[in-house]
Amino acid sequence: MNIILIALIVMVIGGAGTLLVRSSPKTAAALGQGSAVAGAGLGLFAAVSVLFSSHSAEAIRLSWSVPYGSFYIEVDALSAFFLLPIFLLTGLAAVYGGRYLSDPKWDARLGSHWAFFNLLAASMVLVVVARNAILFLVAWEVMALASYFLVTMENERESVQRAGWTYLVATHLGTMALFFFFILMGSEAGSLDFDKFGNISPHHHSSASLFFVLALIGFGTKAGIVPLHVWLPEAHPAAPSHVSAVMSGVMIKTGIYGLIRALMWLGPPPVGWALTLVIVGCVSGILGVLLALMQHDLKRLLAYHSVENIGIICLGLGIGALGQATEQPVLIVLGYGGALLHTLNHAIFKGLLFLGAGSVQHAVHTLDMEHTGGLLRRMPWTGITFLIGAVAICGLPPLNGFISEFMIYFGAFRGMQSLDSFGAAPAIITIVALALIGGLAVACFTKAFGIVFLGEPRSSQAAQARESKAAMCWPMVVLALLRVFIGLSAPLIPAMLKPVLMQVSFIPDSEFPGLFDHIQAPLILIVGISLTFAALAAVLAWLRCKRLAGRIAEDVVTWDCGYASPSSRMQYTASSFAQPFMRLASGMVHLRERLKKPEGFFPTTGSFSTEAPDVIEKGVWTPAFKGAEWLLLRFRWIQTGSIHLYILYIAITLIVLLIWKL
Amino acid sequence: MINLYALPLVFLSLAAAPMLLGVINRVKAISAGRKGQPLLQVYFDLLKLLRKAAVYSRTTTWIFRAGPVISLAGLGAALLMVPWGGIPATVSFAGDFILLFYLLGIGRFFVIVAALDTGSSFEGMGASREAFFSALTEPILFAVLITLVRLTDELSLTDLFYQVTPILWTSSGAALILLVVILLILLLTENSRIPVDDPTTHLELTMIHEVMVLDHSGPDFAFVLYGSALKLWIFSALLAGLIIPVRSGSVLTDGLAFLSGMLAISVIVGIVESTMARLRLLFVPRMLVGATAIAAVCIYLTLK
Repeated sequence: MNIILIALIVMVIGGAGTLLVRSSPKTAAALGQGSAVAGAGLGLFAAVSVLFSSHSAEAIRLSWSVPYGSFYIEVDALSAFFLLPIFLLTGLAAVYGGRYLSDPKWDARLGSHWAFFNLLAASMVLVVVARNAILFLVAWEVMALASYFLVTMENERESVQRAGWTYLVATHLGTMALFFFFILMGSEAGSLDFDKFGNISPHHHSSASLFFVLALIGFGTKAGIVPLHVWLPEAHPAAPSHVSAVMSGVMIKTGIYGLIRALMWLGPPPVGWALTLVIVGCVSGILGVLLALMQHDLKRLLAYHSVENIGIICLGLGIGALGQATEQPVLIVLGYGGALLHTLNHAIFKGLLFLGAGSVQHAVHTLDMEHTGGLLRRMPWTGITFLIGAVAICGLPPLNGFISEFMIYFGAFRGMQSLDSFGAAPAIITIVALALIGGLAVACFTKAFGIVFLGEPRSSQAAQARESKAAMCWPMVVLALLRVFIGLSAPLIPAMLKPVLMQVSFIPDSEFPGLFDHIQAPLILIVGISLTFAALAAVLAWLRCKRLAGRIAEDVVTWDCGYASPSSRMQYTASSFAQPFMRLASGMVHLRERLKKPEGFFPTTGSFSTEAPDVIEKGVWTPAFKGAEWLLLRFRWIQTGSIHLYILYIAITLIVLLIWKL
Repeated sequence: MINLYALPLVFLSLAAAPMLLGVINRVKAISAGRKGQPLLQVYFDLLKLLRKAAVYSRTTTWIFRAGPVISLAGLGAALLMVPWGGIPATVSFAGDFILLFYLLGIGRFFVIVAALDTGSSFEGMGASREAFFSALTEPILFAVLITLVRLTDELSLTDLFYQVTPILWTSSGAALILLVVILLILLLTENSRIPVDDPTTHLELTMIHEVMVLDHSGPDFAFVLYGSALKLWIFSALLAGLIIPVRSGSVLTDGLAFLSGMLAISVIVGIVESTMARLRLLFVPRMLVGATAIAAVCIYLTLK
């Protein structure tokens, strides 16, 4: 606990320090990076030791002059679990970011950038350890603002301004729901300290479902569930890559953290909540991956893919809630366990993929996939780590993504095996949705990897791309190794998750060994088969090398029906790869196609491009905000510009309040 | 659970898989009034390809070389979990079918990126279509599994198929017949057979799988060819486990019944290929959506 407090202080002081020395960019960057890395290192150590020791949680409670507030923080197993990716990713992102921002054009902004970076890291930590609603909301708001300033680092670009604005509006709409949630919870519990919230029994009030919906909206906006996801695909591409990695990898997970806390406070959920979570997860997952597939900007693609992964996590939470509702401990363990593990996994692979995208941007100066190609040859480290990330994010064995998806699948299969029709519905939806998401994710990431890293370069910048410097490569390598490690240490995972699961599910300690027996055996055999798979691949590779020794013809062109000089423009593009999916989804996704057919007897030019604007943004939010604007314009007459009238308003308000109070 | 005594069956499967392609070809030849190639032609082709050298385009990287290797390794590992009807698989555990289909998934991932690695528009087209159709078949596959799990109340392929007995056929025949239809559609789609894809030509613009592997040669192509034989074996084995509900407990009886089922499936595939034309590409998604609808009906039948 104390170490985490020290880490927090290191980050805050380091961040403030960079502002003082911002006139010297080198010092500011070194200080900012140093404090972020030092804080992350300390914090990681502390979080791991909390998670693996059996000590009960330590708390620090100081009085605070804010009404109803207290500086009450505590690190329990759930907090420690979420602290792991926060510290891990901020540390690695800081190392990467130092290199990423080494260009002199950033010099003037380095001081404030690193100040906000440290502030973001510290506020995320505080969100996860805060045990008082006021403190939580303050940290939540600091987190939103710090990330806003990080997103708008390139604030002279109009697209960045727009992205920042969207983000700011979205996050505050979410926070508004949280205000209501905490006020209602507080009035129910009689205190704004979190430890009192747990005493509210759902049977005492009929408004539990209202609380649940408020929490889902408030935390869901941060997490990026559909239809509250619109800020993600705007903000992530606008931010510098290491910031996108932190935001997409861990910041949106604070929403998941909040959701889990809320579920703990609200007690055993009814089946309806489980169904709600599953439907939210299903819609977010499928729409997220479909929209991701249709993006041709690498970071936008990754941002939509975060929406998909949040969907998968929600499916896991839904299965866990289903287990609680129907009193099946195996489902609780598998559902919540899968969701928690997927949270950690997603932090690792999405962090890595955003760092990879940043590396590509650094080398090619664009994120438009139609101008990349052939980068694996030129950027081997970025390429192979991106490939590992892509395989893992599709949930394919033997990497970590498969383990968490397997747990959710397995939970769902167990659920529908034993439940009646109504109870089985969420489980069946989960399985079918996961299968569809899995298939589409493979399409999405074969596209992302294949178009960007394989084939021939589609532009001269891509042809001249160089591998990034070591400081940008090794954070990616660390993350890539971590995921292989998690994939292969799968049988240890239930034991690692046990303290968290015990806290979340309220299952007594004595029941866990029996529950884990169900999960352990499959996980051991999965690792066994994965190793067999790796061994088989090695044998086949050896066989191939032996057969081919010295008999390879390599200096030929790709076979194009005898055409002797294929050019890079003849390759399949990102648009064409996604075209069948676009046609299928044209009913669901508003599609914009621009086709210029070659005309005349000697056609010279022709072009085709597709664009998939966000259907929710166009269909829901734009009309909603237009409506709000129209409505508010009706009240324009109140605002006349005359200061006398304003004073009159104030006076009337005061009098009304006085009368009301009497 | 590990049943080492079933390991010989895995080797038998490995050896017999190319035979299915031979049978299909023979059925097609007979129905076309031809004598047809030898039944063992696929084995000869494999040996020939393994002896050949390979040609690689300048554009390709190690991904292109790794594609066939990883895909074949995935199929080989998956084979460990496929039961011979009532005879247990070598490895079985609750939820093994998830791993099985995800192992096929990693193979598919690498075949697709290997195709994109060539920078050829043909292969890109094949890759895009393969990704598209497999994304559509995945939910159908899991819907089949949902139905089977609800019918048998078991969670591993071995136990699940052990429960597919004549008694189950009499009690829930309707759902099982629909499952057989869906699995046959899936088999034809996943293995690039007519009416979805045509395995006999390589350079037709409407092709899916064959056009993806256009640039592979020598041992790499042998791996690809053998991989498609194994994939056909795995899907046929699932279908055979359903349509041959012989669960006598004797390995010999069950094994022979299973093998005759595999033979029957190859003949059926051959007949389908001889009597049908390939569907227009636009109709394939409709067929798959139709299969999804049937799968939904299947699940509904088990919900009562």
